[in-house]
Amino acid sequence: MISKMEKKKINPKKINEYSYIIEKDESMNVPVKVFASEKLMDKMMQDNCLQQGVNVASLPGIKGHSIMMPDAHQGYGFSIGGVAAIDSENGCISPGGIGFDINCGVRLLQTTIKKEQAYEKIKELLDELFRNIPPGVGAKAPLKLDDEQMQTVLEQGAKWCVDNNYGTKEDLENCEESGTMPNADPSKISQKAKSRGKGQLGTLGSGNHFIEVQYVSKIFDKNTADIFGIKEEGQVVVLIHCGSRGLGHQTCSDFLRKMEENYPEIMESLPEKDLIYAPSNSEIANDYFAAMCAAANFAWANRHMIGHHTRESFRKIFGDSTEVHTVYDVAHNIAKKEEHTVNGETFTAWVHRKGATRAFGPGRPEIPEKYQKTGQPIFIPGSMGTSSYVLVGTETSMKESFGSTAHGAGRLLSRKQANQTWRGEQLKADLEKEQIYIKAASWRGITEEAPLAYKDVDEVVKVSDDAGIGKIVAQLKPIGVVKG
Amino acid sequence: MKKYEFLDHTADAKFLAYGKDLEDAFKSCALATTVIMTDIDKVEKKIEKKIEVTSNKKRSLLYDFLEELIFYLDTEGFLLAEVKELQIKKNNETYSLSATILGDSSDKYEILTAIKAVTYSDMFIKEEPNLTTIQVVHDL
Repeated sequence: MISKMEKKKINPKKINEYSYIIEKDESMNVPVKVFASEKLMDKMMQDNCLQQGVNVASLPGIKGHSIMMPDAHQGYGFSIGGVAAIDSENGCISPGGIGFDINCGVRLLQTTIKKEQAYEKIKELLDELFRNIPPGVGAKAPLKLDDEQMQTVLEQGAKWCVDNNYGTKEDLENCEESGTMPNADPSKISQKAKSRGKGQLGTLGSGNHFIEVQYVSKIFDKNTADIFGIKEEGQVVVLIHCGSRGLGHQTCSDFLRKMEENYPEIMESLPEKDLIYAPSNSEIANDYFAAMCAAANFAWANRHMIGHHTRESFRKIFGDSTEVHTVYDVAHNIAKKEEHTVNGETFTAWVHRKGATRAFGPGRPEIPEKYQKTGQPIFIPGSMGTSSYVLVGTETSMKESFGSTAHGAGRLLSRKQANQTWRGEQLKADLEKEQIYIKAASWRGITEEAPLAYKDVDEVVKVSDDAGIGKIVAQLKPIGVVKG
Repeated sequence: MKKYEFLDHTADAKFLAYGKDLEDAFKSCALATTVIMTDIDKVEKKIEKKIEVTSNKKRSLLYDFLEELIFYLDTEGFLLAEVKELQIKKNNETYSLSATILGDSSDKYEILTAIKAVTYSDMFIKEEPNLTTIQVVHDL
């Protein structure tokens, strides 16, 4: 059990150009490994994220290291940009290590459209996308699921969509877990969570969620890019970032509260209450995992629907012969039961990835047939107006980071600072000068996501590449953004 | 007395809420929560709703109370304008909160951002004579 500790000054020790270590002390079960350059480490020192990494290192059953990714920043309980592999037999599961937005993630679509064609019709295209894929904030719903449909979506995830003529079988094949987490039990999702989610399938949400129309600006690894369907520079792709909406948020809250009620002694002992966990093999740990899998299915169904509506929107604007294919879909807020080996010991762990992407290398049975030779695709979105990257998973990641890498740029400024620094109209005009167009539900939404409010995504992917936990394949640049 | 003020937080929305007593500070928390989502001054007082929550801790009572506001926006499109009445009673080891809130349908207003969830991050409730201070971080 974690004891209440005095806040000590943390001294990360530099190992090489891309990683640091925080040595284990008496409060920790394992050391903390931080993937960061000097520049990124300076930024991590400015908020509380390293302390959060240390707190995670104190959880019962944690194996190897508490791992922090180059995009790590302060979260609640766990930092955002962290990985914890916790023994699933003699450890615990913590909803805070997955996050409120269960299976928040990214889907990349590749198209047969060229960037010149996209620039010509970008405003029409953004309007069409915005019409078909609403933010869905408030009670406005493009589709209302009845109880039976909700049950099936929670059990089957994106498969429900294809069975109901939304999207294709190929979309399912090119998705983590083929869009369906096994072990999902819809009866573990509360009525409250279901009623929040029933009108939200196919909606984007708000905050940092977006659909970005981009073009391939540079290909670094031609062979791998080719297999991913990224054929040439100038090709238009679409990046979709969102999650399980109110259904997932409510599920996380429900279980935080249940664990709090069930384990008051654990709760009171924690340095941060959002670290609350349930011990392995307890009923509540199993219930949470079954509910989390169901919420993850809702998220995959959601991104699948958004992908489908994106494809329809492209065909409406560019003609019926336009091809839009799913490259892959990755979760970056999730726990998976996986087998790993540390110092010769093999164990089954709940690998908590909170703001971290799975980065499995070649030959892993979990990844689709077509990516067996390359390793899985990984997508690292930048902030609005900056580059995003396609990476590929590696064998090194299995040894270094429990098969994981970063998930994004990572916030630098608070939303409050961003709102005080920029005005929405000005930011929109500035971005348009650089030929980046925005359609947003709210002006304030734009300023909160201003590019300079984020860390440098180029630096984040460079650290991933240098460390070998996710290798760069291609760089993508924005043309237009739809923001919830 | 200032009812609330927003603080810097890298990822999320953090505020301090003030009141002359616990009930008053809970009201301020509800207002600050709504200010994150919309321009509260514009929201009309057309719909009346009741909120009732019980819990064995003040901290979790606050969590459950604020969560109701997020829940009503997602499910009924309800936005708060004012907390008309709010009472907290203690029976044995249980706190019960009952509130009457006024507001309107969200269709007519710009939603700046939705709140994903209430968090316990940095939450505290400090009760002093004539001043209760509460800190909350919401996940956006």
